[in-house]
Amino acid sequence: MTSNSKIMDKETVRRALMRIAHEILEKNKGKEDLCLVGIRTRGAILAERIQKYIKQIEGCDVPLGILDITLYRDDLTLVDTQPILRETLIDFDLAGKKIVLIDDVLFTGRTIRAALDALIDFGRPSHIQLAVLVDRGHRELPIRADYVGKNIPTSIDEDIQVVLSEIDQKEDQVIVKKRGQK
Amino acid sequence: MSGWKTGDLLDLQDLTREDIESILETAKSFKEVSTRDVKKVPALRGKTVVMLFSEPSTRTRVSFELAAKRLSADTLNVSVSASSLSKGESILDMAKNIEAMNVDMIVVRHRSSGVPKVLADALTPGIINAGDGCRAHPTQALLDMFTIKEKLGKIEGLKVAIIGDILHSRVARSNIEGLTKLGAKVTLCGPSTLIPVGIEVQGVKVTHCLEDVLKDSDVLMFLRLQKERQQEKYLPSVREYVRKFGLNKEKLKWAKKDVVIMHPGPVNRGIELSADVADGENSVILEQVTNGVAVRMAVLYLLLGKKEK
Repeated sequence: MTSNSKIMDKETVRRALMRIAHEILEKNKGKEDLCLVGIRTRGAILAERIQKYIKQIEGCDVPLGILDITLYRDDLTLVDTQPILRETLIDFDLAGKKIVLIDDVLFTGRTIRAALDALIDFGRPSHIQLAVLVDRGHRELPIRADYVGKNIPTSIDEDIQVVLSEIDQKEDQVIVKKRGQK
Repeated sequence: MSGWKTGDLLDLQDLTREDIESILETAKSFKEVSTRDVKKVPALRGKTVVMLFSEPSTRTRVSFELAAKRLSADTLNVSVSASSLSKGESILDMAKNIEAMNVDMIVVRHRSSGVPKVLADALTPGIINAGDGCRAHPTQALLDMFTIKEKLGKIEGLKVAIIGDILHSRVARSNIEGLTKLGAKVTLCGPSTLIPVGIEVQGVKVTHCLEDVLKDSDVLMFLRLQKERQQEKYLPSVREYVRKFGLNKEKLKWAKKDVVIMHPGPVNRGIELSADVADGENSVILEQVTNGVAVRMAVLYLLLGKKEK
C-alpha cells in the first residue's frame, strides 16, 4: 500500500453508515429497546449520524448516549499527564436495553474493553453490540465488531485517520498513512 | 520543589488561570459520576490517599474521602487525638513514617500556616492542603468558583462580595486569589478589626457597610464568625455584628433578585445568615457541598497524574 492513501470518501462513509443502520435494525428486529452509545469523540459523531439514518428508515428516534472512557483506560498509570476528561452523557436507563456501542476505528480493542466496563457500571444491558466504521486488525483482546463499515488490513506502523466534517472542517474521508507523517 | 506542577496543591498562588480553568472543566465531568447508581470509576485504582487532619472537620474530610473512594483509591484517616502526635511526635516525623508505607497522596489540615508546604518540600507523595491556619484552603475556593460558574455561567466581570471575618479566614484568602485571577471584581466587607490592613494590594476593594455590597453584588459569600479564634476582643458583641453584617430576609430585599448566597460552612444560624436566608432559594450552600466532591475528584485525578516530583 502506498503511504497516505485515501481508503474511503464522503460517499463510501455515508453508504457504510447507512448499511450499518439497516443491519442494526435487521439484527435487532426493529428498534424496540435499542439504544446507541457513541464513544467520544468521533464515535459520538458517528452515533449521531446512525441515529439520523435510523430515523429516516423507521421514522422515529432511538435514544443516544455519549461515553467518555478516559477514567476506564488501562494505561492511566503509564501516561505522563492525565488525559483530558470530558462529560459522559447517558440520560436513559441501560438496564435490559440492547446497546449498540459505536466507535470510529477498532484497533487493539482496549478502548472497547474500557467502554464495556463503563457501560456495565451504568446498569445491566441485555445485549451490547459493537459497530465501527473501520476495523484495522491487530487486536490485543478477544473483541470483535458486530457491524463493520470497512475492513482495512494495515501494518502496525501505519495510522488510520478518520476525518469527519462535523469537527474536522473537511469533507469526510478515511486515510491510511505511515506513522509520523503529516 | 513543591507546588502544582510537581504534584502538590498548596495554594492557588502557584496555579495559573489556565490551571484553575482546567480543574473546573474536569470537575464538570466528575460531577456526573456522583449521580450514577454505581458511583465509582476505576481511574485511581491502587493509589492510596491519607487524610491527616489535626483540626476538626466534617465537610472537607468526608468530601475528600468520598472523592478518593469514588475514584477507586484506598483511603485512610489519621486523626490527631488517636495518633502518636498526642505522644509528642512532630507532624513531619509522623508524615515521614506514613510516606515510608508507600502512600501516593497526603491530604493535610493543620492549625498552623505553612505545614503543608513543609511536608511537600520534605516528602515524595503529593500533598494537598485542606486548610492551614489562616492562610489557604485552595479546594474550598475551587469549589466556590465551580459553583459560581455553574450558577451564573461565568466568573469574569462578576461582582463578588466576601463578608465577615476576613482576618482569620483561609477561605477568603484563597477565594481572593482565585477569583481575582479569573477576572472577578472582589469586595471585602466586615468590621475594620477583622479586615487585614493593606489587603487592597491584592486587587480587592474594602468596605465596612453591608448595604454597599448588597446593592450591586452578583455573589454574596458569607464567612463563618470563627468564635474559636476570637479570644482577643475583635468585636464589641456578637449582637452588634449580627445587626451590621448578618443577612436576614429584610436586608435581602436590597440585593439583586437572583443574587447567589454562599457560605463555606458550618453556618452559625442567626449570626452570618438568618435561618430563612440560609435555607432560602438564593442560597447555594448545599450545592457547594455537592460540588466539593466533584472538584476534589478533579484535583486528585489531575495531581496523581503528575510524576515529576
